[in-house]
Amino acid sequence: MSVDLSVDVGGLRLANPFIAASGCFGYGLEYDEVVDLSTLGGVAVKGLFLEPREGHPPVRIVETPSGMLNAIGLQGIGARRFVADKLPVLRDRGAVVIVNICGSTVDEYAEIARILEDADGVGAIELNISCPNISKGGMMFGSSLQGTHDVVSAVRRVTTRPLIPKLTPNVADVASFALAARDAGADAVSLVNTFLAMAIDVETRRPKLSNIVGGLSGPAIRPIAVRMVHECRQAAPDLPIIGMGGIMTAEDALEFIIAGATAVQVGTANFVDPFVWDKLRDGLVAYLRRHAISSVAALVGTLDTTRG
Amino acid sequence: MPVDVDAVVLSNTQLSHDYNSVTLAAPQLADQAEPGQFVMVKATAGDHPLLRRPFSVFEIQRDGDGRATGFSLLNTRVGVTTRAIYGLRRGDRVRCLGPLGRPFSLATPPAQAWMVAGGVGLAPFATLATSLRARQVDTTLFYGGRSAADLFYADMFGALGVHVRLSTDDGSRGDHGNVTVPLRAAFASIDRGSPLRLYACGPTPMMRAVTDLAASEGRNTDVSLEQIMGCGLGGCYSCVVPLRSAAGTHFVRSCLAGPIFDGSAVDWERLGR
Ligand SMILES: Cc1cc2nc3c(=O)[nH]c(=O)nc-3n(C[C@H](O)[C@H](O)[C@H](O)COP(=O)(O)O)c2cc1C
Repeated sequence: MSVDLSVDVGGLRLANPFIAASGCFGYGLEYDEVVDLSTLGGVAVKGLFLEPREGHPPVRIVETPSGMLNAIGLQGIGARRFVADKLPVLRDRGAVVIVNICGSTVDEYAEIARILEDADGVGAIELNISCPNISKGGMMFGSSLQGTHDVVSAVRRVTTRPLIPKLTPNVADVASFALAARDAGADAVSLVNTFLAMAIDVETRRPKLSNIVGGLSGPAIRPIAVRMVHECRQAAPDLPIIGMGGIMTAEDALEFIIAGATAVQVGTANFVDPFVWDKLRDGLVAYLRRHAISSVAALVGTLDTTRG
Repeated sequence: MPVDVDAVVLSNTQLSHDYNSVTLAAPQLADQAEPGQFVMVKATAGDHPLLRRPFSVFEIQRDGDGRATGFSLLNTRVGVTTRAIYGLRRGDRVRCLGPLGRPFSLATPPAQAWMVAGGVGLAPFATLATSLRARQVDTTLFYGGRSAADLFYADMFGALGVHVRLSTDDGSRGDHGNVTVPLRAAFASIDRGSPLRLYACGPTPMMRAVTDLAASEGRNTDVSLEQIMGCGLGGCYSCVVPLRSAAGTHFVRSCLAGPIFDGSAVDWERLGR
């Protein structure tokens, strides 16, 4: 039985639902030798500001039970160099590119979106309003409904591309942020970014990260991320969702899809296994065959909450 | 091209209460590995510990025809992964991704080579010594540890024709003091102008001290840094090294640009740990 893995996320067409998560796959080209980028559903590139950024000094990551904390601080080459140096190669490789952008001000987000509007090969814009470890920008916007509205509507005015705000889990009611994003013109939302967290070396009594706090990712956060996708789906059934948080296997991805995600992103798992992509696709195909479901799209949001 | 293999443990030699070496069957990986390169190792299945850890390729195993069959790791138990590696048994499987990173650039005669090692910092020097000796480079190993019980494989280097200068913090073997003691003496005994290349690997304070001592003698040191690494492939930006250049100091990914760096270009204050 042939199964259809393709999905449409708010106008973004993907050959399969598996996207490399931002910040966990460089600019994609780092993986040119190990994976055929055209076999991924999409590639969400490392978060870009307008200008190049150095990021935080090391130590930038620390491992925690079934997860990791990171405080990279969005080191990057800036939007213009990305468009000039990386985007043409990504396009040449046949990658569907999701450009993750970040700003210290609303205007900076809009300015980057304008630059991307003129570029070839931008599949969608993911608005990083959820990075937990920078002092200005990121989560500063995504943890207020007004800030979310302001960034999304400002970028909406200057872009025709699918617009996907990435939500932070560091709020009490994530669904209200999905609604705010939708009402401001988002085509879809992605969630979750990392959970603000901390680890301490008790021998030295110093924080393990140079930035003191960082974002928790990996299997440790998965059940919370699934719950949040479920809540967003309930609140806004028509708003497409890209789900993520600790996906290691096809079964993990299926949880998100059944909860209501049209596509998923995979971040930390790629560090553990850069060849994870084939296994994810194969696992999904096997599941669909076993359940005689002809397409992934038909499975999205099919959670059965009836008692029985 | 790096490969990811499920390597079978051929042997585990527990060298002391803390140190061991593990030999792994991995012909494809071993065949490609060059001196100074590393491997990302996942020693246990499952989600904890989650991430791989970088290890230098220690020795390359070869069959009777000289074909690479596998490689070994030098390990000291400090954390959850290294404890697991200490306890590996013959027949266990270990996930290995590599070889990764840029290799050492090799000295050529008439230059001599000095390799300065502390603890498991010895690891990258076995393959380096083999390559250097194959091109007839006069090679010396300065090897320091806390005490005699922490120094291993000195004979192996001797058998390659490498001069070996040992030192221990407690004076139980070789010179009394850290590795800069015999190194300082060696500098005193050679001509300032004679061609020489230095390589260092070990604890950060040691590599820094070696870099500074060498610089005071007008020499550069290639250091093999051991930054905390998430992926080994350039995806995560966690293993960065603050590196000085004409364009200012920038964070450079150790997995792609390193792990070997010119020690005098490293901003040691901001290296972390
Ligand atoms: C090292 C690292 C860097 C990250 N950088 C970014 C980033 O630049 N932009 C962003 O939106 N999310 C970033 N994230 C968050 C991930 O994209 C993802 O939302 C999160 O890690 C949860 O997914 P996972 O558990 O599969 O990793 C980063 C995560 C990690 C671990």
